[in-house]
Amino acid sequence: MAQSDETKKKVVVRVCIGTGGLAAGGKEVIEAFKKAISDFCVDIELDFTCHYQKVGCRGFCARDVLVDVVDGDTSVTYQGIKPDIAKRIVQEHLINGQPVKEWLIDDSYYSFHSKQMKVLLKDCGTIDPEDIQAYSKVGGYTGIRKILSTMTPEDVIAEIKASGIRGRGGAGFPTGVKWEACRKAQGDVKYIVCNADEGDPGAFMDRSIIEGNPHSVIEGMMIAAYAIGAGLGYVYIRAEYPAAVERLKLAIAQAHETGHLGKGLFGSDFSFDLRIKLGAGAFVCGEETALIASIEGERGMPRAKPPFPVHRGLWGRPTVINNVETLSNIPYIIRNGASWYSSIGTDKSKGTKVFALTGKIRNTGLIEVPMGIRLGEIIYDIGGGIIGDKKFKAVQLGGPSGGCIPDHLLDTPVTYEDIVRTGAIVGSGGMVVLDETDCMVNIAKFFLEFTQAESCGKCVPCRIGTKRLLEILDRITRGLGKEGDIELLEALCSDIKVASLCGLGQTAPNPVLSTLKYFRHEYEAHIKDKKCPAKACKDLLIYSILEDICKGCGVCKRACPAGAISGDKKKPHKINADLCIRCGACFDVCKFNSVNRE
Amino acid sequence: MIKLMIDGKTLSVPDGTTVLDAARRFHINIPTLCHHPKLTPFGGCRLCLVEIKGIPRPVTSCTTPAAEGMEVTTTSPNLESLRKTVLELILSDHPNDCMICERAGDCTLQELAYFYGIRKNRFSGERRTYSKRDGNPFIERDMEKCILCGRCVKVCDEVEGVAAIDFAYRGFKSKICPPYEKDLNCEFCGQCVAVCPTGALTGKAWKQRGRQKDVREVDTTCAYCGCGCSLTLHVQGNEVIRVTSREDTLNEGWLCVKGRFGYNFINSPERLKKPLIRKDGKLEEASWETALDYVAGRLKDVRDKYGPNAIAGLSSARCTNEENYLFQKFIRGVIGTNNVDHCARY
Ligand SMILES: Cc1cc2nc3c(=O)[nH]c(=O)nc-3n(C[C@H](O)[C@H](O)[C@H](O)COP(=O)(O)O)c2cc1C
Ligand code: SF4
Ligand code: SF4
Repeated sequence: MAQSDETKKKVVVRVCIGTGGLAAGGKEVIEAFKKAISDFCVDIELDFTCHYQKVGCRGFCARDVLVDVVDGDTSVTYQGIKPDIAKRIVQEHLINGQPVKEWLIDDSYYSFHSKQMKVLLKDCGTIDPEDIQAYSKVGGYTGIRKILSTMTPEDVIAEIKASGIRGRGGAGFPTGVKWEACRKAQGDVKYIVCNADEGDPGAFMDRSIIEGNPHSVIEGMMIAAYAIGAGLGYVYIRAEYPAAVERLKLAIAQAHETGHLGKGLFGSDFSFDLRIKLGAGAFVCGEETALIASIEGERGMPRAKPPFPVHRGLWGRPTVINNVETLSNIPYIIRNGASWYSSIGTDKSKGTKVFALTGKIRNTGLIEVPMGIRLGEIIYDIGGGIIGDKKFKAVQLGGPSGGCIPDHLLDTPVTYEDIVRTGAIVGSGGMVVLDETDCMVNIAKFFLEFTQAESCGKCVPCRIGTKRLLEILDRITRGLGKEGDIELLEALCSDIKVASLCGLGQTAPNPVLSTLKYFRHEYEAHIKDKKCPAKACKDLLIYSILEDICKGCGVCKRACPAGAISGDKKKPHKINADLCIRCGACFDVCKFNSVNRE
Repeated sequence: MIKLMIDGKTLSVPDGTTVLDAARRFHINIPTLCHHPKLTPFGGCRLCLVEIKGIPRPVTSCTTPAAEGMEVTTTSPNLESLRKTVLELILSDHPNDCMICERAGDCTLQELAYFYGIRKNRFSGERRTYSKRDGNPFIERDMEKCILCGRCVKVCDEVEGVAAIDFAYRGFKSKICPPYEKDLNCEFCGQCVAVCPTGALTGKAWKQRGRQKDVREVDTTCAYCGCGCSLTLHVQGNEVIRVTSREDTLNEGWLCVKGRFGYNFINSPERLKKPLIRKDGKLEEASWETALDYVAGRLKDVRDKYGPNAIAGLSSARCTNEENYLFQKFIRGVIGTNNVDHCARY
């Protein structure tokens, strides 16, 4: 090689190795790139060096493994890359300058990004999360340096209050107010705890942030620690997130080595250290008092508040517990100023929010949107609408604590107040899109199954009440619903909400109440007519063969696993309802659409 | 002192009193199942919910400290309907076989169901069923009757310091059990039995020995050791069928395994009731007078022949302080030696 590294043109190859990327083979793709680059570097003289970087989640998980080739100002993105394609990209694109057309990302990738606003996810997906320098290069750790040299803890709290940021863990409590309460609480020892338990089914916002930009969380915790007067922080993270845990461990180790954690940081007398505590995957351990108990080595069971953790938290000391996304926002607020942050969003809901967009939608993945964006924009512009030619039915927000929002409310802006008004909650960021084939009773049942199994068992309304709710929902979906069931559901839901101790029980009925509010007719159809309008409840389906269409080909007869279909060749066939197990095999195989399902 | 208003009455209570304790001090009844005055508040049964002016939702009075100027309502149609729902839910997951339950008539759940007149239950469904029987010799654990109030867990941890049991599993499957669901292997003090508000925990020896109404309660002092714990013997005819201890005694109702469960010796045919004197290698019954004269005579003989230091006295932790005092006085003053000791020193 003739030229020195510095003078060479720099081409960067970025490979997505968030959990989605890893699952799709990101590690192998990196190896393939390494090999291809070194192979070619040996026999062909390249006039640039290649850096392959390991980047965190960029949100478009459906198309993993995603690879960017950044050459100066131009960036080309590939989708669905497997190790064997790496060699072609190196040869055709890097060496010959011709992007490999068949693997280029399509238009939906760009529309997916058009209405998003990336603050947290901007760096998450471009910088190497396993290198502290990468974070520093994009402005990382300037926030903590700035406050240590120019701001008092009270200034920091004022700044956070002025930004208007509210907690992203679900409840939307103003972060500055929480910090201030802890700052003012009596006590020489205080703690900052990062809640990375992320137990909502289908949610992966926090995991992606830790995997993609762990140092932003660490810096956020440092700033919080300085503001409240803490010297030690804990990250409570679920053990089911092994990649995130590894990233975090590495980040903490690097921060130690480079003087970003420890005693007397950045020439000040501020000291801060971090510990990781692994959670065993109980949803309720995300509730702050249960989380504290779990760190202390007790069973994760919530206790009554007051006293609030800001007054008596971990080991009885004043403690601030903040969500991953909340903390990850903090360095950006300090760096760019409160007025920058509060310029994003609406009057009472500031900043951006990360959602995990899933369900019956074209573009699934992780998105970041400004608060105040309308639900419809997320679903149709970012999400690309419903898969296939199905009709949109509802969007579920807030997971097991949230609710379903129907078609006619898609104009609702995503703000804490507006979403609550619909009966759902913004929640921690789960957003599941449902289409006309989703039965709303069944959806409610799905979430109740989750909350029932995850109740800590402490209080009666939650432990037994959710079980009874679930049983009623179950019998409705099996066609055994009774007159009065809806009223009983409503009465029980209302009592569980009022009488439960913690947020889990208090919100567990929400999926039932919100589906009852907008889709009561579906409940009634199940109970009164023994019909599932979405044709999703197996027990309520009746299969029959339309005699005038049936050609008597016998395909259904062979497909039926229960031997319920009889008929002579070329004569209309019949289904014996007593034998039919309602599996739908005949419906799927009939080429003439002569199997009727209702 | 804090001044607050409960159900329209103005009351004064010391700082740190909970709303529940404040109400109970003034005989305002709030139903509870998980609360126990000697244990830290749990807040699980949700029966003690009260309304407090200015707080949007009902709160558990057992966990809420009384505050100056607080206005508390302990009963309202809304609160009573919540309490009824809670009781119905508990009973929907309960064997409801009070007819054959050891604790019938002495069970808080049964009493509350009675006061709330719960005959019909809006809720029904799966009930927890456990086939496993705990093989320990003392404590019957019928966990189908357990309402998960957590009192047994707390007493074992907070009072006994043993922590032999805890909550396990989640959701409807939650249960109280020893580690790995093995048989109970602990001190068997039975403190858990004493605090259990239902028939979930009982003494194995209590089984089908009789109802409380037929029992005569006799207060006495435990003879097992010098602590002098108060016992209440539950006597039927001339037989002790159960032992408990009252909370307003010096041992505050807490007992050990011997005091609580070790009463079978009372009617044992092998029990020694008279002194025995060995004659020609055989033990023979004697009167107390004869036996004491015999012992005194031998002590005298030995002392006269070999001197007082040939004798040593060893007393017992099962004796009271007074008895031990008298014993050493006897050995020192009457026999004339300092050779006196006590089993608890070994
Ligand atoms: C059942 C339950 C589960 C929760 N799980 C989480 C979680 O996984 N992550 C989280 O950040 N907050 C969770 N929360 C909310 C926390 O209790 C707490 O409010 C939050 O971590 C505070 O952080 P924030 O102010 O930054 O939102 C949960 C709450 C409840 C009631
Ligand atoms: S509401 Fe449910 S999860 Fe929360 S403390 Fe009660 S039983 Fe446990
Ligand atoms: S065994 Fe008794 S004391 Fe223990 S939790 Fe169950 S009901 Fe409560």
